[in-house]
Amino acid sequence: MDVLSIFIYAVLINNVVLSQFLGICPFLGVSQRLSTSIGMGAAVIFVMTLANFVTYFIYYFILTPLELHFMQTITFILVIASLVQIVEIIMKKVSPPLYRALGIYLPLITTNCAVLGTAILSILKSFNLFYSLIYAVSTAIGFTLALIIMAGIREQLELVGIPKKLQGFPITLILAGLISLAFMGFAGLIKL
Amino acid sequence: MNKLESNLKNLVLSLTSISFFMAALLGFVHSLTKKNIQEAELKKINNAISQVISNFNNNPFQEKIIINKDLEIYIGKKDKEITGYAVKTVSHNGFNGDIVLMVGFSPNLTINNITVIKQNETPGLGSKMSDPKFINQFVNKNPSTFILKPQKDGGDVEAITASTITTRAFCEAIKIAYDTLKNIKIKNYEN
Amino acid sequence: MKIKKEFTKGFIKENPLLILGLGMCPSLAVTTSAINGIGMGIATTFVLTMSNLLVSLLKNFIPNKVRIPSFIVIIATFVTVVDLLMKAFTPSLYEALGIFIPLIVVNCMVLGRAEAFAQKNNIILSFFDGLGMGLGFTLALFTIGSIREILGNGTFFNLQLLSSNAKTLLLFIMPPGAFITLGYLIFIINLIKEKF
Repeated sequence: MDVLSIFIYAVLINNVVLSQFLGICPFLGVSQRLSTSIGMGAAVIFVMTLANFVTYFIYYFILTPLELHFMQTITFILVIASLVQIVEIIMKKVSPPLYRALGIYLPLITTNCAVLGTAILSILKSFNLFYSLIYAVSTAIGFTLALIIMAGIREQLELVGIPKKLQGFPITLILAGLISLAFMGFAGLIKL
Repeated sequence: MNKLESNLKNLVLSLTSISFFMAALLGFVHSLTKKNIQEAELKKINNAISQVISNFNNNPFQEKIIINKDLEIYIGKKDKEITGYAVKTVSHNGFNGDIVLMVGFSPNLTINNITVIKQNETPGLGSKMSDPKFINQFVNKNPSTFILKPQKDGGDVEAITASTITTRAFCEAIKIAYDTLKNIKIKNYEN
Repeated sequence: MKIKKEFTKGFIKENPLLILGLGMCPSLAVTTSAINGIGMGIATTFVLTMSNLLVSLLKNFIPNKVRIPSFIVIIATFVTVVDLLMKAFTPSLYEALGIFIPLIVVNCMVLGRAEAFAQKNNIILSFFDGLGMGLGFTLALFTIGSIREILGNGTFFNLQLLSSNAKTLLLFIMPPGAFITLGYLIFIINLIKEKF
């Protein structure tokens, strides 16, 4: 698999949110506004790539030689939690408005199953460091894409009258289902 | 009922001791379950082997040739004579990840049977590879004359409806098994 | 009876998935059959109950500033315990649930209950809060799994309900079907929850 295939696969054919069901919580929670979606997407791209980088070394240079594979979950999630803390501190200094806009969603990247899931999947697919990073960036871009599409539609939806009982999760989920259905059309895009 | 104060000494102390005890608990459970996990793995492979070759009274798992982590050959013998080969093979080009098969060959490399060990293809489409209707077309065929490609690609295999990619990967896995087995046999013959 | 109240609230009134909207990732991914839904639900219930118990036990020993990392270490440990136990004793269920077993550690429901309840209440109440929430979650997963399995595969607990040649609504086994099922389920719950 070369770089382009991995990219198209991760972004369109096997989109992390719409096909793999990773990252649903922030996907539903942050996608009301286009601006927060883009901000969250950027933060996830940064954290996910960094997480894949660090966890790669932890897995192959610490867990494997010591045969401590069963410690994978604990070490990976602690790495991610620490990275998110660091990103939070940096963002507070570098861009306070973005920090405030993301609010509670920034620490929530820790519990974003997409970050932990992608780290675990990179190991399962036996990617080397280079492909692992490509995979991370592509997956996060796919996440951002799904977020942006959803935000764009939801901003339009606010102008339409949605029945009260459908507001919030129900209509967003049904919408996600339709977008996911549309994405299934990308299936034949690359000849693997 | 007062919480511990958040000074540095307490932070480090509590987090370290919690981590220590949790790691110990985990190590304990790990040592408890290690044997069972290995046995479950072994059982899975042995089950697959007996589904694709029969007529042996040895332990094919113990007479195995490991080519690499994806490819393993298990030899079935009856009274010291080879009666079949079971090959665990993988294609990484499935539509949704790896397809792991156990392919059974007779001594002259005719396909005896195939069982799917692991696949993650689209339910209702690619996942139909496990259907006897699909697998039966491979039984008793010899890859030296039966071309392991979908008919669309000029081969002899009737593809799964709307699942050409899955079919291609499935055939690729069998071909890898066959080619590897053939090379090993030639090598042994030449010795 | 405070225990009864804490235990039963998770079933319907404060169902973690259908009312509180927690734990959606696994709910969509593993509910391709009733059995998978129940399996995931029970695994999550185990982690939730044990972590609630331990967090409540240690609540005076964990300084405020390190509470999130501490919770994470505790939860991750129990998740790995469940992972190892399932790998050893229920291998086919383990393979069906795949990557979503380790992902229980980031299930917002588990961390959420530790933060919102277990660190403020005693051991007994925390235990029953965890158990109740977990069972409510399992109930919801079972419902979604059953709907998707019956409509999408024509089976229920692997027993054929329709003739094997009948056309089923395959979409329900696939991602779009998961989203749509959950969306409509929450909609229906919204409709009837006033009655409770």
